[in-house]
Amino acid sequence: MRYLVSVIDDKTGSATPTEMAAIDAFNERLRADGHWVFAAGLESPSTATVIDNRNGEAVLTDGPFLESKEYLAGFWIIEAADLDVALELAAEGSKHCNRKVEVRPFL
Amino acid sequence: MSAIDVREAITRAHHEEWARVVAALTRRFGDLDIAEEAAAEAFATAVARWPGDGVPPNPGAWLTTTANRKAIDRIRRENKRDDKQREAQMLHEGDPPDDLGAIDDERLRLFFTCCHPALAMETRVALTLRMVGGLTVREIAHAFLVQEATMGQRITRAKAKIKAARIPFRVPSAEDLPARVSGVLAVLFLVFNEGYLASGPDTDPVRADLTAEAIRLTRLIRSLLPDDGEVAGLLALMLLTEARRTARISASGELVTLDEQDRGVWDAALVDEGLRLVRERLDSGEAPGRYQILAAINAVHTFARDVRDTDWSQVVALYDQLVRLDPSPIIALNRAIAVAELDGPRVALAAIDRLSDTLAGYHAYHATRADLLRRLGCSQASRAAYDQAIALAGNTAETAYLTRRRDQLR
Repeated sequence: MRYLVSVIDDKTGSATPTEMAAIDAFNERLRADGHWVFAAGLESPSTATVIDNRNGEAVLTDGPFLESKEYLAGFWIIEAADLDVALELAAEGSKHCNRKVEVRPFL
Repeated sequence: MSAIDVREAITRAHHEEWARVVAALTRRFGDLDIAEEAAAEAFATAVARWPGDGVPPNPGAWLTTTANRKAIDRIRRENKRDDKQREAQMLHEGDPPDDLGAIDDERLRLFFTCCHPALAMETRVALTLRMVGGLTVREIAHAFLVQEATMGQRITRAKAKIKAARIPFRVPSAEDLPARVSGVLAVLFLVFNEGYLASGPDTDPVRADLTAEAIRLTRLIRSLLPDDGEVAGLLALMLLTEARRTARISASGELVTLDEQDRGVWDAALVDEGLRLVRERLDSGEAPGRYQILAAINAVHTFARDVRDTDWSQVVALYDQLVRLDPSPIIALNRAIAVAELDGPRVALAAIDRLSDTLAGYHAYHATRADLLRRLGCSQASRAAYDQAIALAGNTAETAYLTRRRDQLR
């Protein structure tokens, strides 16, 4: 079972060196324990472009599809047996990256 | 067997077997929705068949077998439609925790799944009453004063989240157990309090159906976790509180406070059972949690012939112990009420005035202030405090009591 663990922040690339080191250590643990699928940080929403090609003619819009004070600043995709395991890992992730996170199951 | 006997047998089977049937089917089929529906169908079949066929010698086994058959019928029907998808969405049964053995009853798993911390509190309450308690959606909606359709959606959404996010059907690990048990107890205490202090202008001031259901479910969790001190504490607290239920509301529907209650009306059997549990916890020598301390405070009240005979220093000492565990302003307010009896209303008033920032929106804060000011002869300030308490109180019996007290001021 896969879960998306979204890191919620109101800044981008704001992790301190200590936080970065903690995240690296946590990622190592995810790999060692077989929970790792993928993880990455994202540029700020202002760098996003929305494309709508449903009519076969791509319309581009500058900026994110949703303006909000807090946004997705990065994410983990983890493999976990059930929500209890996912929540435990996400709690660790939140502590290590020093941000709120959201856990959402894949379909 | 008469029709009344059969109806009683069905009611009893519903009380005793509903949770067991739902839990067994959830474990077997990995799906709360299937389990709930099949259990409901099995009970409906019993209602249709038992009056004619007679009550089976083992109603529980009959119900489980019938529900199993209903569940298999549904799965066969659905498998023809979407085999793969069904399979993929089966509720995951977690690995059994290492050292639980005897307490790994399926009904206990059901409690923990329904009271999972990833669900909203109101959802946990609704799901527990439906899946463990066997109340109908209509009954739960009525209890919490929401539309039946709204309550139905809340339960449906919860089941969908449990399935999609894979909330496990298992007893948590020993490490997580105390926190998760405390989560289950919070749900049961909330049900009890909603019964004991029913809110809303159109509802009875005390909902005996809800207090009874909360006690029934707490007895069930106690039978499953007999060594848990807080489970025993919560059951004792509920029993000692429930014992005073009839004395607490007057014939005219007005709240009767502890000092004015006819203690002869208290239910002696409930008091005895509650006190036995409190003594059992004291004898254990283990450090008590908050429900055990609250039960002990109630036990002190039941020992007293009247309010003057109450061992108030013992009550304050217990509140001191509780404040160390839970330094919340509401506990501080209740402590101040006991302090008023021990050290007088002036000392208590000084203590509660410090809580004004956090409790300004809480009717009991203003009601307590009003009473203390009245005892100190400050009629005008007392009247203003009663006015605020009346404006904030949601329980009809409390409103009636506060209004009378205000109007008696000179």
